[in-house]
Amino acid sequence: MSAVTQDTAVSTGRVTRAFIYLVLILFALFYLLPLYVMGVNSVKPLAEITGGNMMALPQTWTLEPWRSAWSTAQIGVEATGLRPYFLNSILMVVPSVAISTIVGALNGYILTKWRFRGDTWVFGLMLFSCFIPFQIVLIPMAVVLGKLGLAGSVPGLILVHVVYGIGFTTLYFRNYYAAFPTELVRAAQIDGAGFFRIFWRILLPVSGPIAVVSIIWQFTNIWNDFLFGASFGGTSQPMTVALNNLVQSSTGVKEYNVHFAGAILAALPTLFVYVVAGRYFVRGLMAGSVKG
Amino acid sequence: MSAPATADFRTRLQDWLPKLVLAPSFAVTLIFVYGFILFTVILSFTGSKMLPKWDFIGFENYVKLFALQHWHIALRNIAIFATLYIVICTAIGLMLAIFLDQKIRGEGMLRPIYLYPMALSFIVTGTAWKWFLDPGIGLERVMHLWGWESFSFTWIKDNDMAIYTIVIAAVWQTSGFVMAMFLAGLRGIDNEVLKAAQIDGASNLQLYRRIVIPLLRPAFLSAFVILSHLAIKSYDLVVALTGGGPGRSTEMPATFMYSYTFTRNQMGIGASSAVIMLMTIAAIMVPYLYAELKEKK
Repeated sequence: MSAVTQDTAVSTGRVTRAFIYLVLILFALFYLLPLYVMGVNSVKPLAEITGGNMMALPQTWTLEPWRSAWSTAQIGVEATGLRPYFLNSILMVVPSVAISTIVGALNGYILTKWRFRGDTWVFGLMLFSCFIPFQIVLIPMAVVLGKLGLAGSVPGLILVHVVYGIGFTTLYFRNYYAAFPTELVRAAQIDGAGFFRIFWRILLPVSGPIAVVSIIWQFTNIWNDFLFGASFGGTSQPMTVALNNLVQSSTGVKEYNVHFAGAILAALPTLFVYVVAGRYFVRGLMAGSVKG
Repeated sequence: MSAPATADFRTRLQDWLPKLVLAPSFAVTLIFVYGFILFTVILSFTGSKMLPKWDFIGFENYVKLFALQHWHIALRNIAIFATLYIVICTAIGLMLAIFLDQKIRGEGMLRPIYLYPMALSFIVTGTAWKWFLDPGIGLERVMHLWGWESFSFTWIKDNDMAIYTIVIAAVWQTSGFVMAMFLAGLRGIDNEVLKAAQIDGASNLQLYRRIVIPLLRPAFLSAFVILSHLAIKSYDLVVALTGGGPGRSTEMPATFMYSYTFTRNQMGIGASSAVIMLMTIAAIMVPYLYAELKEKK
């Protein structure tokens, strides 16, 4: 999407162009506004928010809200700050992303290069699972996690995220490998290369772009998940649930500055990933989820 | 073992290996998706309260569900929310995409600004908008301090208007992504078609209305499917922004299901509401996925 020629542009008059720029800039401000509000108010003393203007720059700059959000703020019943929950999220996200991406790659490889009778049905059933409202699986999942002894634990959340993530990763890799010439795979087979060898030597080396997409997609979705974390997190709640507990806590003074600092902390990993690799993210979303 | 037998075993293993590797994923999908759906469907016909139990009571839960005013509020809200969310996101997304496609300077800078909200969690979005729309410290107060004393914006505290604040925050989060989908569609259109139409004397407006927008049909369809799917699943944003309030005025099916199942101990009714949600999404997704897969075969 980045290096596209722009001949599609139709010719427009001066007034129209000015209008277009105006609209585009106004929308840019609209999208930036909440980020600005969060940023500015996270470095203000509380009195400056409750007694002052939310849009104004801080008169006294302070990092206290950040420190508080990270290590001392009251989350639920304990004053631990968001730090332990941040770690929970990392412990949950890294294995979930790794496992679901590897499994998705193998599935995509099989569904395109080792086709069998009924493979479209298998894929269709896996694909539909991406789009179910998760409310339909909450109750049985709670029962099963309880039976497995995984309720309220990080491994339990990893299981949940892998199970409901492989649909998407399979979709991405399947669409990507579908464009890869099957003749090369057949030739390698005739030369005596086996299933895993072909995958390892031929498919995997060209999988960089789609692996990036799958990793970013899974990372963003799992990091940002709230429903599963709130339902099955127990004592190992992820960052999003902790942030919500922080903001919704009804006891004491509402420390808006701490809430904003916490919100930015919760957003930082995905924002970082997006800034670093955002263009692949978009391209992947276009290639994967949109084209089915 | 003789050489041919080993070779035979190896080929047979090679034949089976792909299916063996795929089998765990397929099994997991069958159990955790379709098995669980079946579980919830069956549960919705039982009188389960706090824990699942298997006393069948027929359609009683569904009858009760549709008699609940709480559920009617949730349905009304999802109808308002989904309609506005889909229409506004599509309109803004299409407009921004068409505008960005006019050889705009700084496009490379604008695009990430439009898109970054997609990277955020709905909880973060909800927190930011919750305080920004709060009349006590947010927008209303800012306007008063800037001298516009009569300015009033109390939607988030207003039973009738709070649902629209959820639309605002959700549109903020997703419209940039819809823009990216349309922009990709626009960039994929063959320029020759446009040039030919221009030579024939079509005005810009005609060009877009008669040629470009019809050509964007696939992008419209994808946007619709993705947005309706996001709308019906919307849970986090409501929790973070309004908590379903004030009162129950922003309750949605997703929050309804959660509270009936896990806090009100009405698991049977919770399950039946989940089944209704699934059926709604399936009615949109199944024809779409079927068409997509058939086309690809």
